[in-house]
Formats: sequence, C-alpha cells, structure tokens
Amino acid sequence: MPITSSQVRKVAQLARLELTEDEVQLVSDQLASIVTFVDQLGEVATDGVEPMAHPLDIHTVVRPDTEVPGLSREQALSNSPNHNDECFLVPPVMAR
Amino acid sequence: MAACCRKLSIMNIEEQSAVDLGRRIASGEVSSREVTQHYLDRIAEREPAVAAFTNLADDAVTTAEQADQQIASGQLRSPLAGVPVSIKDLLCTASLPTTCGSRMLREFHAPYTATAVQKLLDAGLVVVGKTNMDEFAMGGSTETGDGGATHNPWDRQRTAGGSSGGAAAALAAGMVPLSIGSDTGGSVRQPAAFCGVCGLKPTYGRISRYGLVAFASSLDQIGTLAHYVEDLAASLQIMAGHDPRDSTSLPDPTTEYLAHLDQPVQGLKVGVIREHIDNPGLDADIRDGVIRAQQALQELGAEIVEVHLPHTSHAVPTYYVIAPSEASGNLSRYDGVHYGFRQLGDSGAAAPLDAMISRSRSQGFGPEVKRRIMLGTFALSAGYYDAYYKKALQVRRLIAQDYGAAFEQVDLLLGPVTPTPAFGLGEKLDDPVQMYLQDLYTVGANLAGIPALSLPAGFNEQGLPLAIQLQGPALGEARLLSVAYQLQQQHFFEPRIAECS
Repeated sequence: MPITSSQVRKVAQLARLELTEDEVQLVSDQLASIVTFVDQLGEVATDGVEPMAHPLDIHTVVRPDTEVPGLSREQALSNSPNHNDECFLVPPVMAR
Repeated sequence: MAACCRKLSIMNIEEQSAVDLGRRIASGEVSSREVTQHYLDRIAEREPAVAAFTNLADDAVTTAEQADQQIASGQLRSPLAGVPVSIKDLLCTASLPTTCGSRMLREFHAPYTATAVQKLLDAGLVVVGKTNMDEFAMGGSTETGDGGATHNPWDRQRTAGGSSGGAAAALAAGMVPLSIGSDTGGSVRQPAAFCGVCGLKPTYGRISRYGLVAFASSLDQIGTLAHYVEDLAASLQIMAGHDPRDSTSLPDPTTEYLAHLDQPVQGLKVGVIREHIDNPGLDADIRDGVIRAQQALQELGAEIVEVHLPHTSHAVPTYYVIAPSEASGNLSRYDGVHYGFRQLGDSGAAAPLDAMISRSRSQGFGPEVKRRIMLGTFALSAGYYDAYYKKALQVRRLIAQDYGAAFEQVDLLLGPVTPTPAFGLGEKLDDPVQMYLQDLYTVGANLAGIPALSLPAGFNEQGLPLAIQLQGPALGEARLLSVAYQLQQQHFFEPRIAECS
C-alpha cells in the first residue's frame, strides 16, 4: 500500500516527531514496504476471533491499599533537563 | 566435561559455570574478589575488540569484597553469591546509568533499581557493567545504539545479534559468566544463538518487569544468557516470582529449577515444528542441528512427533503491528520534560512547549526507533486501527491457539532460533523488512507468552555458532531447563569461549 507524504506528516504530528522533507520521503517508502508486508494479515480469516491484547488471563490486579514509600521530590526531579527546587520547568505552553 | 570434573585454576575461571563458581566461592576455594578481578582483567583485554559494554561498574571489586564477607559470615546463601553478572542497559540500576542505547537517555541515572536486578544484588551477585543493545531494544543486530555496534567475538565483521547483543558477546568473549537481557521478539534467544551461548526467555510475567524500560508491554520479558543451562536455572530461581510493583507478574509459585534439572526426559513427547523446518529459507547447517537434537532427544528416551503451527508465516507481520503499536504508546513518555534529552524548538513556534517536545524526540531517537513509533502510530490511528491493530490482535489469538493445540499433543517443541547464522554488520540496516524476517522463529513465543530457550548446536564450517530452540507451555520452565540440561550433559554442545584475537 502506498503511503503519501501527507499521511506521513499527519502521523509524525500525532507522534510528536519532526521530519525533514528528505525524511518524509524515506519514511513514506519504508512505511509503505512495511505496511505492504503486514497487509498479508488480510489473508487470515478472523471473523469472530476475540482480539488478544495480552497473554495472561489476569485482570484488574490490585495491591493492598497501604502506604508505601515512593520517590522523594528531589529524586523525581533529579533527571529533569530543567527544574527548580519544586517543579519541572518547561517552555511556554502557549505562544506569547 | 561434566560440571564436577572441571578443575579450577585462576587461569580458566572463565570456563566455569556460574553455578560452579558460586559453589567454589561458597566453599572458600576462591574468593568473589579473585573471580571478579579475573573477569575485570578479561574485560580490560577484550572489550576494545568486542564493544559489549555501555558502562562498567568501577565499584565491582568493592562489591565483591563485601560479598566475600557476607558469605564468610553466613549471611549469603544463594548458589550464585559472589558471582559476577552483566546487566542489559535497559534494566534500571541506581548505581549505574541506564541508557537503553539511546541519545534520549544518555544522561539518565535511574533513581531506583529494577526488581530483577535488586533480587540479584540481594543474592550477592556482583554487577560488573551494563551491556550494549539496539536502541530501546528495537533491533536484531546491536548496531543501532547510541554507543555504536557490538562485534561478534566469533567473527568481528558480524553482528552479535540483538537486541541483547552486548550480553551475548560479553559471554562469548569470556568477559562474564552470566548476563541478564530482555526478550520482546527474540532479543535473548537470537543473540545467544549468534554467539554460541544459552538463552532463556521465561513465561510472560514470570519475572517482574518493574524497572525494565518498556518497549512492548504485552511481550517484554527479562531473561538470562549463560554458557551453561544450570546457570539459566539458578538465575531464574533468583529473579522469578510475583512483585507487587508489577501487576502483570505471575502470582503462581516458582519451582526449584536447579533441583529439577535431572527430571527424566524418558517418555516425553517432543514436537518438531514442521513449518519451521520446511521453510526454504532455513540454513542447511541449522536444519542439521535440529535433526541432531531430535536424535539426541531420542537417545535420552523422548518420542519425536511432527507438529504444525499453521499461522507461522503470519507471526512476523502480527508482531510488527503489535510491538510498534505498544512502543508508540510507551515511548510517548519521552517528552524532554521529566527526564531524558531536551532540545528547544524554533523560537517562533506557536506553542514553544510542543516545539520542544517534537525537537527533543526527533533528535533524541535514532532512525529505527522513529520508524517503529511512526509505524505504531499509523496502525493505531483513526481509519487504520481495525485493519491493522485489531486484526493483528485477532491473528495473535490464532497463533496462541496453535501453540495450545500443539501442547495438547506434546510436552515441548523443537525447532531453529534463526533462519541463518550471524549476518554481517550493516548488512540489513537499510532493509527493515529483511531485518524483521530474522525474527520468524522467535516472535511466536512472545505473542503466545510461553517460555523458550536457545541452545548452542555446534559451529558451521566458517566457525559461526549454530543453535536450536526449545519451547514449552506457559510456566513450563522447569521442564524446558531439564531437557536442555540433559542435552548439555549428553554433549550435544560444548560451551566455548571465542579467542577473538
């Protein structure tokens, strides 16, 4: 299945990736070849087959509702590219 | 070369099993400090040619000395106490960086330690370093990582496999007796096969994934690589079990895997997977290895039967929809805010935060990771979800049902691990589909969640390692390990270290 440049740009936007024009072309070609490859799944009859999202039949596992220590604020901030004593710091969320 | 007959001298420590080393350390015959120093010396000598490590622990000798004291005072009783181990660089360690082979995490120091690693530390193992991998474990050649390619110690022009390539190469070069890796679509078993060592991917959920950097959460599982099957058993025994911090870790009791290694093979039914053997793309030497394994198992008293996994040819496309889809969600956390690489976007951007996030991700991730994020995002996007993601989940169930039907007839499955021996570095980098097809025989176990083991099967004429794969039903690790162990005792393969000089 061919993948158009505009499809690639839309998917890149959804994935929060910036692509150069060269990359858009390369990714279009590579995605098309991979998608053509996975298109063979269409040969398999799957009517009425329950999708299998997970190999285990365990659901909604809960642990005892007791307090356990977590990361300190200092630890949680320690890997941040930019932070002050209390918060993660980021560029403006909206344009000025 | 039975375990009991190998005589230890400081010269051949690297030929010992981890279990043997643990026994000799416990008896005081040799100290953890001596063993650790021996491996550090070998790393210093061989690492430049192999490039198996991303970071080395500079406190390994101190840790070993502490282990020696705790063993002497009776505080440590694990069969592997004092034994050195390497950790794939996607398991969080508070003492060493965790880079995932990515620029994105080049500076990342995890504030906590993965449960599996903590259990090893509590059992007295000595971490000597973190091993190289494909970026975020996405690849089969350990050449897409930030730190460059790992070389196969058997042939430096070839890949060590991946994504746990550093783990396997470190073993093959005799730089560690035990390596911890992870397996999402074959990432323990394929590098083990390419490097001539044993590799176990346990049942999904058998080992806690807490602290394992997520790639595809319904497929990821931690596993072990080693020269000897008993070392897989001993390390699984330490790492397995329920963890309240991982709700998908199995509550089922663990088995004394080491104690079960001598379970008789007599009377077991082993199924040879027809679709795997008959594939025209399967290397003739590897096919011969599988046939030789059939014969060895028959000599041990097993009955060999033919089985079919009819959806085999659809396993790779199924995997390459599901794994990237899950990855695209898991990797959305890398936003340049909480941790990881940050690069500011264009100053004129409408929303500077968004511009920063996109720029950080575009420069922090390498091409294969971006390709998979794109593929997964595409498969999950409006208009394509049913045709790709849902369809793949349906075929996944059919694949799991194939395994279920097979295990109603047989106790174990036998087949190859890879279509070919180790391929050349750079050979498949430009052709993603060719690279993905390498995973033909391994992804089934991940999709179905069952345990699988890669076992050496000698070498081809070029001196490249060959391998076979054994697969068992969920929680069938004890059986899998005992059959592999008896093949080892039968001299089906001889553990070997590459000279790589």
